[in-house]
Amino acid sequence: MNATSQPKDGDGALQASVRRFDMQRLIALVYKESLQALRDPSTLLIAFVLPVVLLLLFAYAVSLDAKNVRVGVVLESPGAAAQNLAAAFSANRFLDAHFARDRREVADKLITGELRGYVVIPQDFEQRLVQPGGQPLVQIITDGSYPNTANYVENYARGVVQSWRAGLDVASPAQALVLEPRYWFNPELESRRALIPGAIAIVMTIIGTMLTALVVAREWERGTMEAVLSTPASVGEILIGKLLPYFVLGMLSTLGATALAVFVFGVPLRGSLSALLILSAVFMVPALGQGLLISSLARNQFLAAQIALFTGFLPAFMLSGFLYEIDAMPAPIRAITRLVPARYFVDSLKTVFLAGDIWAVFLPNLGAMMLIGALFFMIAKRATRKNLE
Amino acid sequence: MLTFTLSFTRLRAQFIKEVLLVLRDPRSRMVVFVPPILQLLVFAFAATLEVSNVDIAVYNQDAGRWSHELVQRLDSSRFISLVRHVDSQRQLHELIDRGEVIAALAIPMDFSRTIAAGESGRAQVLVDGRRSNSGQITVAYLSTIAAEVAAEVTPDAQVSTPVLVRHWFNPNLVYRWFIVPGLAGILALFSALLITSLSIARERELGTFDQLLVSPTSTSEIIISKSLPALAIGTLLGLFMVSAGVFLFGIPFTGSFGLLLASLVLFILSVVGIGLMISAVSMTQQQAILGAFAIGVPAVLMSGFATPVENMPEVLQWLAQAIPLTHFLIIVEGSFLKAMPPSDILANMWPLAVIALATLTMATVFVRGRLQ
Repeated sequence: MNATSQPKDGDGALQASVRRFDMQRLIALVYKESLQALRDPSTLLIAFVLPVVLLLLFAYAVSLDAKNVRVGVVLESPGAAAQNLAAAFSANRFLDAHFARDRREVADKLITGELRGYVVIPQDFEQRLVQPGGQPLVQIITDGSYPNTANYVENYARGVVQSWRAGLDVASPAQALVLEPRYWFNPELESRRALIPGAIAIVMTIIGTMLTALVVAREWERGTMEAVLSTPASVGEILIGKLLPYFVLGMLSTLGATALAVFVFGVPLRGSLSALLILSAVFMVPALGQGLLISSLARNQFLAAQIALFTGFLPAFMLSGFLYEIDAMPAPIRAITRLVPARYFVDSLKTVFLAGDIWAVFLPNLGAMMLIGALFFMIAKRATRKNLE
Repeated sequence: MLTFTLSFTRLRAQFIKEVLLVLRDPRSRMVVFVPPILQLLVFAFAATLEVSNVDIAVYNQDAGRWSHELVQRLDSSRFISLVRHVDSQRQLHELIDRGEVIAALAIPMDFSRTIAAGESGRAQVLVDGRRSNSGQITVAYLSTIAAEVAAEVTPDAQVSTPVLVRHWFNPNLVYRWFIVPGLAGILALFSALLITSLSIARERELGTFDQLLVSPTSTSEIIISKSLPALAIGTLLGLFMVSAGVFLFGIPFTGSFGLLLASLVLFILSVVGIGLMISAVSMTQQQAILGAFAIGVPAVLMSGFATPVENMPEVLQWLAQAIPLTHFLIIVEGSFLKAMPPSDILANMWPLAVIALATLTMATVFVRGRLQ
C-alpha cells in the first residue's frame, strides 16, 4: 500500500515518478489485461456483435419516417366527387387506406391499434363542396395515444385533401407566400442518416462505461484489486493498464461501426477520418472515467451494472439529443444534459458524418468532453485512495 | 433428477435468501429502487418529439411590408426562442453549419413587390438535416406562419381547405402521456432482467452453485426461488411507476386496473424467464450482465417504444411479436388512454403468457442441462 502514497518533497517525488512509470511493467500489465479482456467471449460480443446488431436496428427498425400508416377511409357519401377523393387516399404512398361504409367499423380498430386514424367523407359531401366557407369538408380522427404517428396522419390526410382540392379548381389564384424548404446535409430526409452516427455514441458508451465499470468492479469484488495495488506497480500504471485495452477496443469498434455505416448503410462521411478518430478518442476519456468512477464507488458487479445502466447508457440514449431534441426539453433537464458526455459526442458525430469538418462545432465539444473526463478521473482517483485506507 | 418435488419449507427458505441477497446491502436497495424512479421523472420531460426553444436565422433583403410582417410573426411565435438577423448569405450558412440555428430564412429583395403584384412571394428556408425529424416539424410550423401571413394578403380567398381534425384519447397530443406508461414498462424490464440474469451467474462465479446442486433442492425449486424476488421487485417498480403516471403526471387512466396488474405480472414473468436463460448459460456475472444488455437493448428498440412497430420491415415486425415489451406496451398504453376493452387486452395477454411459459421452460432445461 506504500507504493500508492505519494511523497511530497521534490526530490522524493522525482525519484518516485521515475519509479512510478516503468514502461516494462506497464506493457506487462497491458498485456495481462488484454488477455483477460479477449479471453471472455462476452467482451467480444459487446464490442463487435452488439454494434452490428444495433446499427442494423437503427438502419432498418428504428425509423421516424412513417410509411404505410394504416388509416381508415369512411365513405358515407355515394357521390362521384367523394369516390374521387377516396381514390386519392388510396393512391397516396404514405398511407395504407382501408375503406369502410360506417364509422363504427373503424372506431373499434382505432382502439385495438389496427388503424392509426380515419377520415370521414360525410354524407352531404357534395353539398359542402359547392358552398365553401361552410362546414368542414372532411373529418380526420387520429389515434392520439401515439402522438408522433397522429401528427403524421393529420399532415398526410390534410395534404391529400388539399392537393385533391387544388386539382379541382385550376383557376385558383396563386398562393401569396411560398416557403421553399431545402434540407442541408440530408436532402433525402432519411432519419437513418441522423440516427446511425448517434448509434455509434451509444455503442461507445456501452464499451467505455459499462464494460470498464464491470471489469474493475469485478477486481474489487474478488479482492484482486487490493492484491494488484499492493504490488510495486503504481496506481497510474494499474489504471492505464486496465483502461488501455478497452480504449483500443472502443476505437476498433468505432472503426468497424463507421465502415459498416459508410459502406453498407450508405451514410456519407463528409468530414475526415482523422477528425472522427480524434473525437472518438477524446470521448473515450469521459466514458472510461465514468466507468472507473462507478466501479470504485460500487465495488460489486451488480451495483456497477445498475449504476452504469442508469447513469451511462440510458442518459446517452435519452438525453444526448440522439433521438429527442435537447432544445425542446425544459430548462432543468437541459442543464442535466450538459453533464452527459454523449451529448457532445452525438452532436460532433452527426456533424462529422453529415456536414464535414466544422471545427467551430468540434472544439467546444472536445473541450467539454475533456473537462467532464478530467472531473470523473479526479473523483475516481480520490475514491480509490480513500477506500484503501 | 427429474423429480418435480416441491417442498414449501425449502422454497420459503430459498426465497428469503434470494430476497436478502438483493436487498441486504443498503446500497443495493437504493440502486434497485431510486434510479428507475428518478429516470422516470427526468425522461418523462426529456422525451419529446415536439420542437420548441429553437433559434431561427433570418436574412431579410426586402424592406417591404410583407417580409416585415413575416419576421414579426416569427418573433412572436412560441416555438422560436430567438430570431437572429444576419446581413449575408454566408453568415446564414455559418449559423446552420455550426448548428446554432435549426433553420434559416432567406427573403429575396423583390419579396413584397412580387406579392403586391399578385404573384407568389418565394422565400427559401435552409434546414439543418442533421436534425431531420425536428427539421421537418420546424418547416411545418413555419408553413403555418406563412399561411397566416398569406391569409392577410388575400383576406377573401379561401386559402386552406376546411378540415376538422380530432385527436382521440389524447386531444392535445401530449407526448408525456405516451412516454410515461412506456417508460414504466422499460424501466421495470431492465431492473427485472438484470436481477435475474445475475442470480445464477453470481452463484456460479462464487462457486456456491455446486453447493446448491448437491443439496436436496429440485431444479424447479431453484427456478422458482430465483424468479420470485425479481418478479416481486419488477412488479412493485412497475406498479409504482404506473401510479406515478396517474397521480403525479395526471395521465387519465381509463382501463381496467386488475387486467393491467395481471398483464404486468405476466410481463415481468416472461422477462424473468429470459433473464434466467441468460443466467443459466453464463459462466460469470460479467457475461450475464452483458448478455442481458445484448438482449435487452435490441428488444427495447424493436418494441415500438422509440418508433412504431409498423414502420419496420415485415420480418422485424414478426420478430417484434416475440418480445414481451411489444405486447405490454400495447396493453399499458391502451389501459391508460384508450379504455381498452378486456377482449383486446386478453388478445395481447396470451402472447405474454406463451412467452413466459416458453422462456421459463427453456430456463429450466438449461439449468438441468448444467446438472449433467
